[in-house]
Amino acid sequence: MEVNVSNTADSVNRLIQEFAKLPGIGPKSAQRLTYHLLRAPKEQVLALAEAMESLKNNTRLCSACFNIADADFCPICRNNLRDITSICVVEQPQDILALEHSGIYKGLYHVLHGAISPTDGIGVNDIKIDELIERLKNAKVDEVILATNPTLEGEQTAMYISKIIAPIGIKVTRLARGLPFGTELEYADDVTLSRAIEGRQEFK
Amino acid sequence: MIYESLPVTQFRSGYTLNVNNMSEPRNYKTEAIIIKKTKLGEADRILTLYTPRLGKIQAVAKSIRQPKSKMSGHLELLTFSMVSLARGKNLATVTGSQTINSFLPIKNDLKLTAYALYVIELVNQFTGEHIEDHALFKLLLDVLEKLCSEKNRDMILRYFEVKLLDNVGYRPQLRQCVSCRAQLKPTINSFCPGAGGMLCPDCKHINHFCYPISVNAVKILRLLQGCNYNTISRLKINTELDLEIERLLRIYIKFLLEKEIKSVSWLDTIKKQAEKIQ
Ligand SMILES: [Zn+2]
Ligand SMILES: [Zn+2]
Repeated sequence: MEVNVSNTADSVNRLIQEFAKLPGIGPKSAQRLTYHLLRAPKEQVLALAEAMESLKNNTRLCSACFNIADADFCPICRNNLRDITSICVVEQPQDILALEHSGIYKGLYHVLHGAISPTDGIGVNDIKIDELIERLKNAKVDEVILATNPTLEGEQTAMYISKIIAPIGIKVTRLARGLPFGTELEYADDVTLSRAIEGRQEFK
Repeated sequence: MIYESLPVTQFRSGYTLNVNNMSEPRNYKTEAIIIKKTKLGEADRILTLYTPRLGKIQAVAKSIRQPKSKMSGHLELLTFSMVSLARGKNLATVTGSQTINSFLPIKNDLKLTAYALYVIELVNQFTGEHIEDHALFKLLLDVLEKLCSEKNRDMILRYFEVKLLDNVGYRPQLRQCVSCRAQLKPTINSFCPGAGGMLCPDCKHINHFCYPISVNAVKILRLLQGCNYNTISRLKINTELDLEIERLLRIYIKFLLEKEIKSVSWLDTIKKQAEKIQ
């Protein structure tokens, strides 16, 4: 999206251009944000810059579940009040946010970082499936909840994981109720998600 | 060439399209099979639709990735739907959709999904936009329906590949040598992708990229070229022969497209896994 840049100071232009690259932000919003920051107290602007820098410098993936973490393990894996016998498998870290917001699930997670999408060339080795299997072999897990998106890709991924978990002998369930087919978990509301978790069923 | 819209009332009558006729309505309706989807922005998708009268078209489906979207299930990959579209400046926008056939048996089965994804990827790769091809639409629909109902799945794929190649103008010459034009003898001849067909033992030196092919494999391929599905539906061939034909068709298709079909590796993964379980 092009922003008219000719008569404005370079530093202002630069920030407008950067904002305009963000999702959901058009040229007008980019301008508004930039001029807002221009007038804001210096400390506030520097705090924002620092927060953004820290986002990139101080985050990594959790060694256990591949959620976003700022240490070896993410806050959920570090929390000893969580039920370690249950692992909920999601496609992206944002899905954890949505599920946590619903407040109904107390177990651990596993982030696949994608879903099997054959026509895009994304296969088993491109997402964290082997890591999940390793984890299941080495931990005392009673239940795996497959919470991949109710899209074709998410369904395939769930079917595939359930097949390869079967020999390990762990109970596999799948989010089923409440979510319409063809949508993505990240955008689901709390009510829908609560129903989906409560209505989970054994996956065959 | 841009076939932009098709009036709903004239849709079924085989009406010849006017190119860029501004008097045509902004809104139109078409049957479509969803063959590709790409994320757009935060909640939208660009869909690639294969239609009976407009060929392959692309359209934007707004907010389809949000749970409240009423259309999403009707616009998932491998779904046959009636789709309403509004003409836009660049791409058309989907304004409504209703499933005609969701091919549920395919979606409930990992292996069948892999087969079907391969089918739609081939259709997408071999077609250009806005080129009407009713026969190809019919073939695609037919194959998806057969995958739902028939057991002979590998043969359905072979049938589809051969008919698709016919349809898009790459029917390989399997009866005579493409170089000396001699009728092929029942011996080991060679299939040459670059020459578009068979080379006899005397001519195979003219192109290094040719592959020996068994007499039975040539027979099956000819049969596939010449018949409708019913004739071969009862055909039972051994795994070895099926693999030979599969391999040759893949080589030929890769040669024609000058690239790998991405869903092939998944198809192989799933096949291997199915063997392990049995
Ligand atoms: Zn973690
Ligand atoms: Zn010859």
